[in-house]
Formats: sequence, C-alpha cells, structure tokens
Amino acid sequence: MEAITDIAALEQVAKRMRRIIIEITTKAGSGHPSTSLSMVELVIPLYLGGVMRHDPKNPRWPDRDRFILSKGHGAPALYTILALAGYFPEELLYTLRHIDSPLEGHPNMLRVPGVEASTGSLGQGLSQGIGHALAARLDGRDYRTYVMIGDGESEEGQVWEAAMAASKYALDNLTAILDYNKYQQTGPVARVMPIEPVRERWSAFGWHVIEIDGHDLRQVFAAYEEAKTTKGKPSIIVAHTVKGKGVRVIEQDEKRSRYHGVPLTPEEARVALEELQ
Amino acid sequence: MNIGKRIGLKIGKATRDAFGEALLEVGRQDPNIVVVDGDVHNSTRTEYFAREFPDRFFNLGIAESNMVGVAAGLAASGKTALVASFACFLLCNAFDQLRMCVAFPNQNVKVVGSHAGISIGEDGPSQMGIEDIALACALPNFKVIVPADEHAARALTRLMLSEPGPMYMRTGRPGVPIVYEPGAAFAIGKANKLREGKDLTIVACGLMVAAALEAAYLLQQEGVEARVLDMHTVKPLDVAALEEAAVETGAIVCAEEHLLSGGLGSEVARAVAQRRPVPMEFVGLNDTYACSGTPDALLERYGLTADHIAAAARKVLSRKTC
Repeated sequence: MEAITDIAALEQVAKRMRRIIIEITTKAGSGHPSTSLSMVELVIPLYLGGVMRHDPKNPRWPDRDRFILSKGHGAPALYTILALAGYFPEELLYTLRHIDSPLEGHPNMLRVPGVEASTGSLGQGLSQGIGHALAARLDGRDYRTYVMIGDGESEEGQVWEAAMAASKYALDNLTAILDYNKYQQTGPVARVMPIEPVRERWSAFGWHVIEIDGHDLRQVFAAYEEAKTTKGKPSIIVAHTVKGKGVRVIEQDEKRSRYHGVPLTPEEARVALEELQ
Repeated sequence: MNIGKRIGLKIGKATRDAFGEALLEVGRQDPNIVVVDGDVHNSTRTEYFAREFPDRFFNLGIAESNMVGVAAGLAASGKTALVASFACFLLCNAFDQLRMCVAFPNQNVKVVGSHAGISIGEDGPSQMGIEDIALACALPNFKVIVPADEHAARALTRLMLSEPGPMYMRTGRPGVPIVYEPGAAFAIGKANKLREGKDLTIVACGLMVAAALEAAYLLQQEGVEARVLDMHTVKPLDVAALEEAAVETGAIVCAEEHLLSGGLGSEVARAVAQRRPVPMEFVGLNDTYACSGTPDALLERYGLTADHIAAAARKVLSRKTC
C-alpha cells in the first residue's frame, strides 16, 4: 500500500482508531481501552506512514520489518492498526474476544496475520525481538525489529536482561518503544514502583535514547528516522503519552485504574465517540 | 557409579557429553541450527558447538528468562534454536517464558536441561533438576525426552533436531552405565523393550533404566521375570507398550530420578488407569530435596537403586490378583 505521510490525514486516522478501540472494547464488554488509546500515534507511522517495510498480503515475508507488542493488553490497538493496514477485514474487529474470534484478549500469533508474538505475560517481548534481530544478522537480511513495551512492564526484570543483551550485540536493527503513559493497573507507576530515571537507565544500559511527545506524529516520525540512522547500538524511543488519550472520562479519572482493564459503558462510549468526531 | 556393576554394565560417557557431541555433528550438517547459552556451555557441553560455530552461538549470560525469549525470536525468524542450561534453572527460572514464547506459539525451540537428577552429587540440591520432567510435561505442544545412556543421548539428539516443534531433553552430569549398543534404533514416542518378562514390567527412564536392568537380574535370582521398558519419551507416552505391559505382565513398577509428583510415574499411572488398571509401585524422590554427597551415596540414601526397584517389584507382585 501507498504510505500516508500527510500529518492532517494521519491525525484523522488516529481519531478513527480511537473510535474503533472504544467501539470494539465496549462491544466485547471487557478489555483494556486506556492502554490502547495511549499507543495510537506510535503505531500509525509504522504501519501506515511507511516507517515499516511490510506487506499485509504476505505477512510471513522473510524480509518484512517486525513489530512486537510486548504490552499485549494493548491488543485492541494492534488489531485495529493491522485491520486498517489491510491484514484482515475491519468487520473482524467487532468480534474481539468472542469465543469463535481469532482476536483473543491478548495477541495470539498463530491465529492473527501480522501478529509477530504471542504476548500478555509482561516483560517478554524485547527478548523475542532480540532473537529476530540476531536472525536478521545471521541471514544477512536488512529487516528491522520494533518492540513496544509498557512503563509498568518495565518493572519486570527480564526487560533489563534483554536491555543488556541487545547492547552486548550492538543491535542497531532493533528499536524499542516505551509507551510511557504513567499509569499501571492500580495507579501511577511512580507510586507503584518508580522506574525513573528512565532516560539515564536506558542510556546506562548502552541504548540510544530518543525522548518525545508520543502523541505528536511529527516527533514520532522523526524518532523512527533517528533510530534507523543510529548505528552501533539499539535505540529506545521514550514516548510520553496519556493513558486513555482522547477520551475525557478516562483522562479525567485521577487514578486511571477504573479503565485499565474495563471498557467504557455504552453511555460513556456514546459520549466518547462524539468527542472523537 | 555402582548402578549396573553387578550385571557387568560398563560406565560410559555422561548423557550431556554425548548430547554435546551429537549437537556438533548435526550442527555441521544443518547451518540453520543456532545455540543459546546462559554461560554454562562448559557444563551443558554446548561448548563443542560454540567452539566450531561461534557466529551461531549466543552466550546471553546468567539470564534464563531472556535466553528463552531470544531463542523463541530466533525460531520465529526461521532458526532451529537450541537453548541449554541446568535443568533446574532453565525449567524453574524460565518456565513462564517456555510457556508464553515456546509452548503456546508452538515455536521450534529445543530445550536441553543438564545436571538433572540427584546424581550430580556434591553440588547439592540447589543445582539438581528434580522437577523438570513434571514442568516440561505441563507445557502443551512439548515433547519430553530422557535418554538413558550415551548411545540413547546421541540418537535422541539427532532425532530431536530433525523434527520441528518444541522439545525438552534431560541430560545428566556423571558418566552412566551403557545399556545400548552403538547405533541402537530409537523413535521419539516409542518405548524400547530392553528385557522380556511375564511377571511384571519395570518402566524406567534415564539412569534408572540401568538400575531397572540390574533389578531384573536380582528378581531373576528369585524366579521372577521382569520386563524392562526404557520410556525415553515421557511425552507423548508409548501407551501401546504400556497397555501391552499391563495386559501381559499384570503389574508395573515405575522408576525415575525425579520427584514422584508429575514425572514418569504420574504419566504412566494415568495412561494405565485409563486403559488397563493393574497394581503399580513407584520409585523416585518422595516429596523431598536431596543433599550433597557422592552420586552413589545419594542414590542409596534417597532410594534410587536396583535394590529399591526390586523391593518395589516384590511389593507390587504381592498385590497382583491373578
């Protein structure tokens, strides 16, 4: 497909993605809308903006760039961008979490074209991304691997085992994206388990750190470009985001915990969809 | 090692040694094989492969969770990824990664756990894999393999690397008695009948196969003929061989260098109970950790010798109804 680089057009796509995320999680009656809403502008450039080399008609193409959603509870956003990119029909999105749907609560790579890893147990995606990046090097292929992790997820020790390993192997074909939305299941990350100083920590682990506003598409494009051109070390894009971005009832919720694993009610969804027109 | 001495079994290489040699041989033929290590390659014997193929070998340091994830990623991009460490560290520390990154997505990752059982000796219980078979059997899509001697380890390593999908292989630290001829035939999922007998069947795996053969000799002195099955594949079990054993011999003793919960005995009991219930007895670690000591002293202390298997056989014979 033709890459879309017009920012105004992509901002409309972002709104549309948010509407779909609200619709499908509310229809499913369960799911994680707020963590899906924070990552919207981070995946649009990858799949629609030409950042990733991929072919929805050939999802197992050996030379494709890979995207792993390590924070697997963001599945509604992943499914939505995959559908918009053409991996499967948009109608399928409305079967989310149904017993006969391949769109399970968390991504299952055996059932959904375009899903590169089965995730949902936090902390494991970056390690798998390293495996893909090492395989690329062994096979002399120039594909790139992207792994999105969460801020709460960064409390898992395995993330830092992987951080060390990617640095050891100087994997400049690997880019991590931290969806830093500041909240986890029961409250603010800073209170549950402080992860700061994020920039200094990743830098100390040997990574090139790019810090951006994760809702500003221009900054997101620029960050991916900077990661691509950074040689000799892996890059991490620390994307400051808002959990529940674009939906007032979630953004105004002090702890955000009410909407971590709970969808909007049909009435809340109706209001949210109007806001997102 | 005392096991098998009474019947003249010669001590051969450790199963980890034979595995390491076979891995190197297969690695020479198949450039797609890569190995992931947790800085124990000189213990697991992936060092032979590492020396010859440094570009296909990744020492990820002491970080088992990450190791398994990386192996899964390599497999997802088309590699046959073998990950090896101590059985206890790999299965216990990285169990969730084995579940999520290997078993659930059915990735072509071969998991090899060395230093299994209590026969590792003096390093003691923190280093002993005594729950690995139970854990590996609790991973859907996995096959679980326990070689008895060096010839079994070589043959089963070749077979493991020649078919796709997740597999776990258990290897041991000390040299163990040789029970097979070089070049003996193996098929994953098919038990090997090492001794014919009509009075009972001893189903064993790993080092306990040699102990079972020795026990069969002891029982023969008493006029009892024991069949011995090497159940080198614990999953999927050779249920046909078990059903035949139950029908033809009417009693079964299971023997393994593993906790009684969830290991070979548990799997065999479930299969036998469903098909042809017969009296059974179990030789293994009975809900306990071991301690430091020589391998022989530990096997004696914790009840994993031919004499213990023979005693279990006498007990099961006393319960036979026909």
